[in-house]
Amino acid sequence: MAYEEKDGRPAGPPAIRALGVRKRYGPTVALDGFDLSVEAGAVCGLLGPNGAGKTTAVRILATLTRPDSGEVHVDGLDARADPRAVRYRIGLVGQNASVDEVLSGRQNLVMFGRLYHLKGAAARRRADELLERFRLAEAADRPVAGYSGGMRRRLDLAASLILAPPVLFLDEPTTGLDPGARIEVWNSIRSLVGSGTTVLLTTQYLEEADQLADRIAVIDGGRVVAEGTPDELKARVGPDRVETVTRKPTLDEVFLHLTGHPAAQDKEPTR
Amino acid sequence: MTTDTLIRPSAPGGIRDTATLAGRILRHWKQRPASILLGLLFPVLMVVMFGYLFGGAMAVPDGKYMDFLIPGMLVMTMLFGLESMVVAVTTDAARGVTERLRAMPVTTTAILSGRGVADVLNAVVGLAVMVACGLVVGWTTHHGVLPTLAGLGLLLWLRFAFAWVGIYLGLLLRTPESAVAVQVLVWPIGFLSSAFVSPATMPGWLNTVATFNPLSSTATAIRDLFGNPMWNANDWASQHAIPLALAWPAALTAIFLPLAARQYRALGR
Repeated sequence: MAYEEKDGRPAGPPAIRALGVRKRYGPTVALDGFDLSVEAGAVCGLLGPNGAGKTTAVRILATLTRPDSGEVHVDGLDARADPRAVRYRIGLVGQNASVDEVLSGRQNLVMFGRLYHLKGAAARRRADELLERFRLAEAADRPVAGYSGGMRRRLDLAASLILAPPVLFLDEPTTGLDPGARIEVWNSIRSLVGSGTTVLLTTQYLEEADQLADRIAVIDGGRVVAEGTPDELKARVGPDRVETVTRKPTLDEVFLHLTGHPAAQDKEPTR
Repeated sequence: MTTDTLIRPSAPGGIRDTATLAGRILRHWKQRPASILLGLLFPVLMVVMFGYLFGGAMAVPDGKYMDFLIPGMLVMTMLFGLESMVVAVTTDAARGVTERLRAMPVTTTAILSGRGVADVLNAVVGLAVMVACGLVVGWTTHHGVLPTLAGLGLLLWLRFAFAWVGIYLGLLLRTPESAVAVQVLVWPIGFLSSAFVSPATMPGWLNTVATFNPLSSTATAIRDLFGNPMWNANDWASQHAIPLALAWPAALTAIFLPLAARQYRALGR
């Protein structure tokens, strides 16, 4: 996790940094010394079985939950000391589309824009841009209740990007979507990469991490047990197998090797 | 993303956030006129049911039952706001809207007061419909404009208190399914008051509970202000109905507003 040079750019301080974060709920320890560092502009996949602490980690980083102890810095700001300042710099896409079902897509984006303290005209202009960019312009004035799952998730993503935040948290962004909608959301996320947004993505779908993330942190028992690029993680498991198997190990195998758990089974067919 | 660099939030303002959040709820009315209309007309249906179906069997010593019932139904209309608040708060939690707002730079105060403001505006419309309904069935006020306005003010004051109770219960119960419990509980609370009949007609301890029900204080106070039948309102609570109609909502607000704020902040545990 050293600040390496990437594409000739000098690397700055990490956009997301958690150090020794602990969180317990009654007798259950959700995070047990969680450390993570994500450099600016990177897409980091946080991978782990159910109950490993993925969602707790994201909620703490996104200021929704207060940790019991540990340090949390987002975009250089202390998230525990000044959550309100952090909230101007992050977007969060949770596990359900957090938008107002009764209002139209446009009304949602304008309202959230105003709540991000954009002036009325700026909020409307920004809503138009995002509706266009997420291919929702046609459905913009229909109530969200009539949107498909993929459209809702795209609207949710758009609402999270109103201030073009430097840091975006995606907590299982494609859970519950059909394969077509999942690919649509993947494409939307890919379009963010390269725009300099730092993305932390949690997922149970290993293929999703393989498709989108340039670094992966494997979390188990409330702490990060391995971190690296997908290829590095594969190489770590690889040598045990290359003699007889010509293919690279899949991330499923990496996962099993590192955590001792089989990966969560994706009910939908994978490509 | 060239346009993104132009995005600069202006200075945050709690009042503007409150207005935006209240405006959201008012927009719901425009988007779903049928369900809002149904909510407004439900108390009208109750007036017809109780006034015309049960009314014949009711003997109010100092007037007509309909003139006693309408102030009671105005109070019930305020109480119905509590259940719709619980439904609204739990629905926001279930849909993840609460989470989104919490991840945004919006203050707890703005989120709570946005709901409160919208609810009081909702109550104004509900009262207008019920007053019109009352006038159609022959009810009226007898002591002039100022006492009438004072009575309506007491009703809104009660609703203001119920808004915080509703927000607190909504945050506590979390799921829209459990909000059904509140919808059911509203009825015994309503019947155990002077909204429909005089507590003097009730036996023993039920009489005491109904007499000191905050709904009874407001109902008796507005009957007094409107010059409507009081139906044996001779006990201590009824004699002091107006100060009690001011004090009860103040006490409820003093208890449930901090509880609602605490429960909202507890979402971050």
